[in-house]
Amino acid sequence: MTTTTPVSPRALLWARRRQSLARSWAAYRSQRTGMIGLVLLGTIVILAVCAPILIDESALSVTQATGGRMAPPSAEYPLGTDEVGRSVLALTLWGARLSLIIGLTATLVAILIGTTVGVTSGHLGGWYGWIALRVSDWFMVLPSLVVAIALLAVLGRSMSTTILVIAMVSWSGTTRLVRAQTLTVQSRPYLERARALGAGHWHQMTKHILPNVLPLVLASATLLVPSAILMESSLAWLGLGDPSVVSWGSILNRASSNGAVSAHAWWYLLPPGLAILLVVLAFMMCGRALEAVFNPRLRGEQG
Amino acid sequence: MTDSSSPVDGASIEAPSAGRPGGRVSSGFGRYLLKHVGGAAVSLLLVLFSSFFIFRLIAGDPIDQLTKERPVSPEQRAAMRAELGLDQPLWQQFIDYITGTLTMDLGESFQYRRPIFDLIVERLPATLLLSGTGMVLAVLLGFWIGTRSGWKQGSRYDKGHVATGLLLYSAPTFWLGMIVILVFARYMGLFPVNGMRSPSTPPDFWSQSVDIGYHLVLPVLTYTAVVYAGYLMIMRSSILDEIGSDYLTTARAKGLRDDEVRDKHAVPNALLPTVTLVFLALGSVVNGSIVTEAVFSWPGLGRLFVQSIFYPDRPVLQALFVLFSSSTILAVLCAEILYWFIDPRIRRS
Amino acid sequence: MTLLEFKDLHVTYTGSRGRIPAVRGVDLKVEAGRTIGIAGESGCGKSTLAMAVLRLLPKTAEVSGQILLNGEDLLQMGWGRLRAVRWTGASIVFQGAMHSLNAVHRIGRQVAEPILLHEKTTPAAAAKRAEALLERVGLPASRMRSYPHELSGGQRQRVMIAMALACDPELIIADEATTALDVMVQAQVLQLISGLVTERGVGLVMISHDLSVLSSVCDEAAVMYAGRVVEQGPAHEVFANARHPYSAALGAAFPVIGDPAARKRPGGLAGDPPDPVRLPDGCSFRPRCAVAVEHCAEESPLLLPVPIRGSASVAAGGTARSSACFVAQEGEPVVVGR
Repeated sequence: MTTTTPVSPRALLWARRRQSLARSWAAYRSQRTGMIGLVLLGTIVILAVCAPILIDESALSVTQATGGRMAPPSAEYPLGTDEVGRSVLALTLWGARLSLIIGLTATLVAILIGTTVGVTSGHLGGWYGWIALRVSDWFMVLPSLVVAIALLAVLGRSMSTTILVIAMVSWSGTTRLVRAQTLTVQSRPYLERARALGAGHWHQMTKHILPNVLPLVLASATLLVPSAILMESSLAWLGLGDPSVVSWGSILNRASSNGAVSAHAWWYLLPPGLAILLVVLAFMMCGRALEAVFNPRLRGEQG
Repeated sequence: MTDSSSPVDGASIEAPSAGRPGGRVSSGFGRYLLKHVGGAAVSLLLVLFSSFFIFRLIAGDPIDQLTKERPVSPEQRAAMRAELGLDQPLWQQFIDYITGTLTMDLGESFQYRRPIFDLIVERLPATLLLSGTGMVLAVLLGFWIGTRSGWKQGSRYDKGHVATGLLLYSAPTFWLGMIVILVFARYMGLFPVNGMRSPSTPPDFWSQSVDIGYHLVLPVLTYTAVVYAGYLMIMRSSILDEIGSDYLTTARAKGLRDDEVRDKHAVPNALLPTVTLVFLALGSVVNGSIVTEAVFSWPGLGRLFVQSIFYPDRPVLQALFVLFSSSTILAVLCAEILYWFIDPRIRRS
Repeated sequence: MTLLEFKDLHVTYTGSRGRIPAVRGVDLKVEAGRTIGIAGESGCGKSTLAMAVLRLLPKTAEVSGQILLNGEDLLQMGWGRLRAVRWTGASIVFQGAMHSLNAVHRIGRQVAEPILLHEKTTPAAAAKRAEALLERVGLPASRMRSYPHELSGGQRQRVMIAMALACDPELIIADEATTALDVMVQAQVLQLISGLVTERGVGLVMISHDLSVLSSVCDEAAVMYAGRVVEQGPAHEVFANARHPYSAALGAAFPVIGDPAARKRPGGLAGDPPDPVRLPDGCSFRPRCAVAVEHCAEESPLLLPVPIRGSASVAAGGTARSSACFVAQEGEPVVVGR
């Protein structure tokens, strides 16, 4: 009989996780829409990150603008200029950073709240669980834009309030999902064993429930980011965004309040909106592909 | 599984409690109704509480805002406070607020100095016209395409329509509106740029109606384009759920054509869960109508809401917040009631 | 003329696992007014055979060969002609009628539907006929307005039978029609079917995994295994005196109530049906066969007439006995100890 070096449980755990990750990646890769979405997303993120390298931030300065007023595209300004003479290309490129940051941060906060409420509600149950669920359902029913506008109207306009408000209207979507998954995990035998061995609530929730819930949360997050970006752009367009920052929504806000539509300034209107569309589309494609990874029944649907 | 049965997303609608004897439907329904009406009442109360919380507590003293344009003496301020009931203790203000809302006394607009109730009544028809038309069209279009898409899953028709729907769904509504205005109103001059009426129209009913209809085209087009995709996907997935079913094989065996099998057998079965989902999607309808009215300057409640933001006309914001939120809560209640009539027929077997 | 004839029928499913042969060359005849039962375990291809008749198989199924209904090849028919023949020439009684009936249509409407589809008649007249059909199968006319979920399993199966009779077909295919029913109800439904067959002179193809059911209703039986017919003959004889080891095992699996010997006879068969993608060499039953000889691994036996030991001659029953077993074809016993 050969003797084998004992492998630690941690090493086993990580080996298993790597394997399942590889499997998930293979399943994801097999879907065309998912890959297209990923590539699109990657491109946009890279462009956003490299914005300072590509175009100097001074291009956003109102005082240093040199282009004509809402001038159509030219060699010098490939996407034309806005009402103060800034390059629309520069605006759109830099706008990506903020739109993405706000969208991602808001989603992160929403996921944090939603997952916490979902896991605790499912695990602890009882009065708290019931109330948490009802509150979450209540949040979900309310029209998100209405609540967001109402909150921003009284809280004032800044990047942090925008992020907070978007998170407030988005968190409840995750909760039910997470709670359902928590209940499923709860019923599994190894959790019973953990409890018998004296594992406290915190340990159970973080070491056992959370790892099983996170993949689902990831898939749901991928679909939450686009709605956060859309919401941010709508709020900014309505004039409720941070006035000192450039996001795609704020560009369009300035465009419409300065008569871009009546001036037929399509170069001013098209790029920021298309950018939003592409980012949202990319996230949705990735999100659908991710959903199919976790729900094999959907896999045949993709390309 | 005995916890909350408030169906908020389609996937989590829970069937009414089991154990109902076959014939005695009415008592079961009574209990079901009571439970869900009670739930809705609590939700509505929560809405009132949060609107109070947001617009009185967070927002701060409205007197400053009301008097920002002119200097006022302390006595006048005190008088104004008394008039608005702000000198009362907080809980008293809350009670007054609730009773006021329930009796349709929604206060006065800061901006217009008119009862908010009147403002709402004036603008409600415009909103209903736009949202109603848009929603009906979106539902019809979405269901029509969704049915055929799901039936022929994976075909070019299906892939094309799902892709188109996804694309339109990804576009920000306000942006789409602006582009639509740019192309159809500015460039092509086919439709009016914004608003609901042209001032130069003759006052007779027919001319007025045509004028309004003419103005309605672009907003409804925009609204429907963004919203229909959701209904498409709902119907498509409902049809997909029916596709492998045995009763469809029976129908085919009887000699029905493929489209007859789809329309006479699959669609009625698929429609049942779908209808409740339509009610549950009212939140996005409200969101969409606010933005659409803003883009097209359509004189409805959504536009009023947006206009009130910057004044800021707090009473109006508050009243509309309550109105919009309540409508979605009531829509969910309708879905739950509808579900009672639909569900037992299928599930009780 | 033969009512229904399968000629060298092959059905292959193409799926993610490649090509899966479900029916591998079946020749079968059904005469008007006669009943034939097709028996076998799940996966042997009997349901596929049934669905193939009216071309109800999914698009992933490749069908070759011929299925002749009164001489007309159903597989070559145009869609229009096929739809006309469906239900009027041949109809099907499906199993598990809860899912085979449309949950949101009333019973009366579902029974009348094929009548309205295939004949020029008014809804009122069709409803009257539907009512008569329901009464013939033992359901009160009040059931016309019921929904499927309001009926019991046995009642739903009667509805399926009434529905199958709606257009006076010449052939009825009953696909596991009594499988989901409990024994008492099953007996009633079988009696009903027998009665109707005699009364109307229709041809009946009855599909079941229960040989005892088939032996009580059918004139003839065909046993299928791995997509082929392995034994054929008068139903009662195939059940009581099998000439193929598989049929013997199938018959033994359902002990006859009241037969004391049955309690002592070991029932059941070891092993599983073969994977259709990886069939064994030679006879596909060989891995589970107790009487296999060397030859069985080399060649796949054809369905050939077999001599019957110690029983009435072929002429008496009128139906030939055939078996796809080398051992049986030699005249040797197919069951150990008999």
